[in-house]
Amino acid sequence: MVDLAETGTKPATNTSRSGAASAFYGMSRQATVAIAVPAFGLLFWEIAVGAGWFSGRLMQPPSRVSATLWGLLRSGELLDHIGITTVRVFLGFVLGTTTATLTGALTGYFGLVRRLIDPSLQALRSIPSIAWVPLFILWFGIFEASKVALIAVGVFFPVYLGVSGAILSIDRKIVEVGRIFRLSGFALVRRVMMPAIFPAYVLALRSGLGLGWMFVVAAEFMGASEGLGYLLVDGQQLGKPDQIMAAIITFAVIGKLTDSLLIAATAPFLTWQDCYRREG
Amino acid sequence: MLTLRNLGKTYGNGVRALDGFSLDLAPGEIVAVIGGSGCGKSTLLRLISGLETPTRGIVEFDGEPVNQPNPLINLIFQEPRLLPWLTVANNVGFGLAELDGDDRRQRIGAALKKVGLGELGDRWPKELSGGQAQRVAIARALVTRPEVLLLDEPFSALDAFTRADLQDHLLDIWSETRPTLILVTHDIDEAIVLADRIIVMRPWPGRILDEIKIDLPKKRDRASVSFEAAKRQLLTSLNASLQPAAVCTSTIAAFC
Repeated sequence: MVDLAETGTKPATNTSRSGAASAFYGMSRQATVAIAVPAFGLLFWEIAVGAGWFSGRLMQPPSRVSATLWGLLRSGELLDHIGITTVRVFLGFVLGTTTATLTGALTGYFGLVRRLIDPSLQALRSIPSIAWVPLFILWFGIFEASKVALIAVGVFFPVYLGVSGAILSIDRKIVEVGRIFRLSGFALVRRVMMPAIFPAYVLALRSGLGLGWMFVVAAEFMGASEGLGYLLVDGQQLGKPDQIMAAIITFAVIGKLTDSLLIAATAPFLTWQDCYRREG
Repeated sequence: MLTLRNLGKTYGNGVRALDGFSLDLAPGEIVAVIGGSGCGKSTLLRLISGLETPTRGIVEFDGEPVNQPNPLINLIFQEPRLLPWLTVANNVGFGLAELDGDDRRQRIGAALKKVGLGELGDRWPKELSGGQAQRVAIARALVTRPEVLLLDEPFSALDAFTRADLQDHLLDIWSETRPTLILVTHDIDEAIVLADRIIVMRPWPGRILDEIKIDLPKKRDRASVSFEAAKRQLLTSLNASLQPAAVCTSTIAAFC
């Protein structure tokens, strides 16, 4: 029998156990590598301003920017701005992803719905989303509703495209397995289609979230009295480049942080993936 | 009892994959279907499994027409087609959704043991070799205790050793519950090792050319004289099936 050679003698849990430790080691090493480029950039910037190679008035050095950042943080102002902006992004993200997931699922699953509404949605998608701003202000007023609506529009399209595209590219062969076991309708969707599109869905959510952070700035440009976008506008109007940079850095940190949270939250459901990873 | 009456399938693009295919299968019988590519072998299994509906004719199982997948008929594909997001055990238990707890675990464990993979329940499909994955696919089909098991070139992607091993294994498994087996293959030895009856098909449109009975006791010796004789008979028939239609009508008109 080829049996023994086939099944091997390794205990089944072997790979998963040693995996956790090496994953942690790998992650910390990855973080070190990832931080090297920005750290070097900041150092160069500081030295360049200190040495007088260029004027620090419009290009405030990192020391100055971090002092501003620290000041904003200490006064509690920064957390307020982060809080309100995050709430806006969160609401817009939830609204946008919910509608996009539903529409994407319908257009992906039902050919008739796809032929009916997909062309229109593709046309709407090609409108620069900022073009909605004046209309949304007229429709929803200048306060929160118009901001959340704009963010939701920004989030909607990548998620919609991701969901409907992923459904259309589900492997027929896998669906047939479900059909052989007499799954149909919702059972087939739940047990075969949803897990099959999940990796693509996570990616769609990530690009949606990224666009959410992008659109919150546009939303806050159109008249806000708080939020990170307001810090940007305020910094421009009062000539405080350090405040602008502080806000930009905050955006980078929060954006990366929420993206990592999304990855961390979905990773446990994706360990089954058999993916190509090139080392080095 | 499975009855195929005058089955025909013409696809939307006009391809006549199958035409006038009739066959009666007794419970527990093992029938191999052999023939060149494009002679409708896979289509035949898709019709019996209810994945597709025939354009003509009817599939009857215990007197009931089969128009959609049936709980007592299962199909093992050419590729394992495991669901990558389920562990091996959950792949095997895929058809046992209504069961849970100990009963389910027990049935899964038994099925895995039957295919010789009792220890691998916790693995992901990506961690299996090709032969192991195909065994899991067999266990997944067996676990629902089908009365008809359709196999679409299930071992064609495996190396010769693994293939011979799995063929023997399939016979062991079959001897326990004796389901009806329909095995589509293009491997002559495989057909003779396993089948009671071999159906030779010819293409365009796919139809039956010849039927060969193999009256050898199971666990056949691949090197025996009678095995060789059966092989020669099958080869002659297969050669005829690959002749162009014009030659076919003049030389072996009786079969066409």
